[in-house]
Amino acid sequence: MSTATSHAEEVHTHDHSHDHEHEHHELNFWTKYVFSTDHKTIAKQYLISGILWAFIGGSFSIIFRLQLGFPDMQLDWLRPILGEWIDEGGKLDKEFYLALVTMHGTIMVFFVLTAGLSGTFSNFLIPLQIGARDMASGFINMLSYWFFFLSSMIMFASLFLETGPASGGWVIYPPLSALPQAMPGSGLGMTMWLTSMTFFIISSLMGGINYICTVINLRTRGMTFTKMPLTIWSFFFTAVLGLLSFPVLLSAALLLIFDRSFGTSFYLSEIYIQGQALPNMGGSPILYQHLFWFLGHPEVYIVLLPALGMTSEIIATNSRKPIFGYRAMIGSMMGITVLAFIVWAHHMFVTGMNPFLGSVFMFLTLIIAVPSAVKAFNYITTLWRGNLIFTPAMLFSIGLVSLFISGGVTGIILGNSALDINLHDTYFVVAHFHLVMGAASFFGLMAGVYHWFPKMFGRMMNKTLGYIHFWFTFVGVYMVFFPMHYIGIAGFPRRYYSFTAVGNDGAAAFTDMNAFISIAAIITFTAQAIFAWNFFYSIFKGKLAPQNPWNSNTLEWTAPINPEHGNWVGEIPAVYRWPYDYSKPGAEQDFIPQNVPFSATKSSNLPEEEAEIAKEKDIDGLLGAQNESYNR
Amino acid sequence: MKSTENVIEPAETRSVNPKIFTMWLFIVSIIMLFAAFTSAYLVRKAEGNWVEFEMPSLFSYSTGVLILSSIMMHYSLLAAKKDQFNALRMSISITFVLGLLFLVMQFYGWIQLVEMNVYFVGNPSGSFVYVLSGLHGLHLVSGLVVLIFALVAAFRLKINAKQLTQIKICATYWHFLDALWLYLFVFLLINN
Ligand code: HEM
Ligand SMILES: [Cu+2]
Repeated sequence: MSTATSHAEEVHTHDHSHDHEHEHHELNFWTKYVFSTDHKTIAKQYLISGILWAFIGGSFSIIFRLQLGFPDMQLDWLRPILGEWIDEGGKLDKEFYLALVTMHGTIMVFFVLTAGLSGTFSNFLIPLQIGARDMASGFINMLSYWFFFLSSMIMFASLFLETGPASGGWVIYPPLSALPQAMPGSGLGMTMWLTSMTFFIISSLMGGINYICTVINLRTRGMTFTKMPLTIWSFFFTAVLGLLSFPVLLSAALLLIFDRSFGTSFYLSEIYIQGQALPNMGGSPILYQHLFWFLGHPEVYIVLLPALGMTSEIIATNSRKPIFGYRAMIGSMMGITVLAFIVWAHHMFVTGMNPFLGSVFMFLTLIIAVPSAVKAFNYITTLWRGNLIFTPAMLFSIGLVSLFISGGVTGIILGNSALDINLHDTYFVVAHFHLVMGAASFFGLMAGVYHWFPKMFGRMMNKTLGYIHFWFTFVGVYMVFFPMHYIGIAGFPRRYYSFTAVGNDGAAAFTDMNAFISIAAIITFTAQAIFAWNFFYSIFKGKLAPQNPWNSNTLEWTAPINPEHGNWVGEIPAVYRWPYDYSKPGAEQDFIPQNVPFSATKSSNLPEEEAEIAKEKDIDGLLGAQNESYNR
Repeated sequence: MKSTENVIEPAETRSVNPKIFTMWLFIVSIIMLFAAFTSAYLVRKAEGNWVEFEMPSLFSYSTGVLILSSIMMHYSLLAAKKDQFNALRMSISITFVLGLLFLVMQFYGWIQLVEMNVYFVGNPSGSFVYVLSGLHGLHLVSGLVVLIFALVAAFRLKINAKQLTQIKICATYWHFLDALWLYLFVFLLINN
């Protein structure tokens, strides 16, 4: 990168910080790879944990899809893995089916798409893209990972309980989840679920606080808010959502813990179990739903926003065009963040709530379609007539846009409080949220991995395998989730072990379709092995990465190919321009990185940008203060 | 660990000190936690079947004690700014003792509740009082831990007009916990 080193005059203070760099590099194995405070290492820890969890969570879905697609199949061959959960008749245990559904949801939503996605990329990209040496507090960041690890281990251990893990659905509604007598999974399994989630919430809060603090306080000189890449904006909003909503889930969980373990009646009232009246009086199970969905809805955006942010970056880079509507993108993310907090009751239309209140929430819900549509249009207009370069990351990003649209459309249908009476808790909802949240965010995750792998490991992933992986996944995901809309409209409820009483002989009519979905799921899941192999093989044996493999503008590509702790050797680069100067008329190359001053690009400057040249001195003048802040 | 922190963790040159800022974000998450509880309280109360009772009298006194401790905390900060070490040690110790006293009084407040036949297990109106005061107490314990670090630092002369970050963080948190209890107490008085 000629541009990164062109500021020779800035190098004078460099020696000082450089000495410091070396002091702490004599790290042993434990401090370097395990209890590391380096944001890049922590990001990789999150990523690899996320990938492992994704395979576990995915395999669960394959097992319950076998039951749904082939209800008569003999599953004896699974006994070596599942043991007693396959009963004498060679069938999947009914209780365990519910446990699998619950664990699949929990693992995917929280461990893969929250920790694995936000944890990985917020950690990895925030300091590198805003020009910081690390997070505001490396120590809290490390704690955040290890709390997540602890939470993972508890959840993992609960899989091996004799009574099975939690089984009441990922939303764990009481009274089912509150009463150990209600089902086997509501015993110790639920206790461990709650313990695990408590640690998970603490981990998320520590991570989120760090992300916000870093973005606000540690931007390099010249990196004003309106010069930040959209990735950073999205991570920032995600962290704000988490900071405001996870404590609410904690409160819901705490009250549930009190009900379960101490006999209070926050959620329980006048219940009979096997003919016996319980002492609980005066509780309200609906209260739990309010608290849960106050997190639950923002959570879906916590999962999606980082994917959208990374996609903006990848699409702009690989269309060789400025992102269309940069400020509109920020505005719509802000709109989504605000609206996300006032639509939660659309998950509760059929709980008997006041129909007037239902209409209010319906109205608010439909408003969310506006910023969502703005984002979709902006992606499309960015792609429109661009010089598209179809890297695997780009394909996954385009895939995300497609999934976001096809899943978002059904959201508008579900958001209608009258239609929802019919569709609530059917496979239509399953189709909706898997497309718009599950698959879209998963595609964002994959896009991010393919795009930033060279920065993470200094090596390239194999492209051809990337293409194969993409096409299997893209076609597969649609084959799995599209037919589910029809099954849902036909009235199949979700989380049912078998369908013996669907109206109009529905069960028989949809046997083939269910089998088709299951086969598609198996193929799609198996195809992920291609990714796993590509990923782990390339870490060690991949082609060495060049400095800036995608000719991208953002700061991370100015850091050394294998950055040490501290990211930049010598000065952190300054930032003079926004990150989307691609294919600028008059420029020598079709990209101008953020650290190139306008004074160096006279031929391509717009008239108003000439005025920016005067400000460059001010930006450079901040260098002393910036160094000061690290060297105290 | 130490050397890493020296290099990586920036000190106060920016407009906001990242450590104090982190504390504020932490406070925001606590606010959301209690906002959730008090909204849950209101939602649940609106559904009826709600047993009413008087707040224990001790809660009023403990509130006074906590306010007093906040005043002492503020006084410590002023003393630190002026390098008046004896005054600092004195007032920060008093803050700590008052904090402990508050916790003891809260506990006796619970005993008063039990004497009024309001139990943790029973009608949610009572359970909520225990949960709100209990969780506040738990946070106050964490406040005491932060305070004890500042206290030790004060006795070792690590807090002075040039090194105010620690005591500022401590004071921010302590005042917040005070304000939080005031909110909860007034909330309970109005809504019970
Ligand atoms: C146009 C925007 C959207 C609208 C109007 C919308 C509307 C809805 C509605 C009304 C439901 C409840 C359906 C029911 O249970 O009967 C729902 C469920 C759901 N939505 Fe959306 N949605 C939108 C976008 C999204 C996005 C972007 C995500 C994720 C990133 C998402 C994730 C989910 C999830 C996870 C559920 C199901 C939760 C469960 O019951 O387990 N939705 N959506
Ligand atoms: Cu929602």
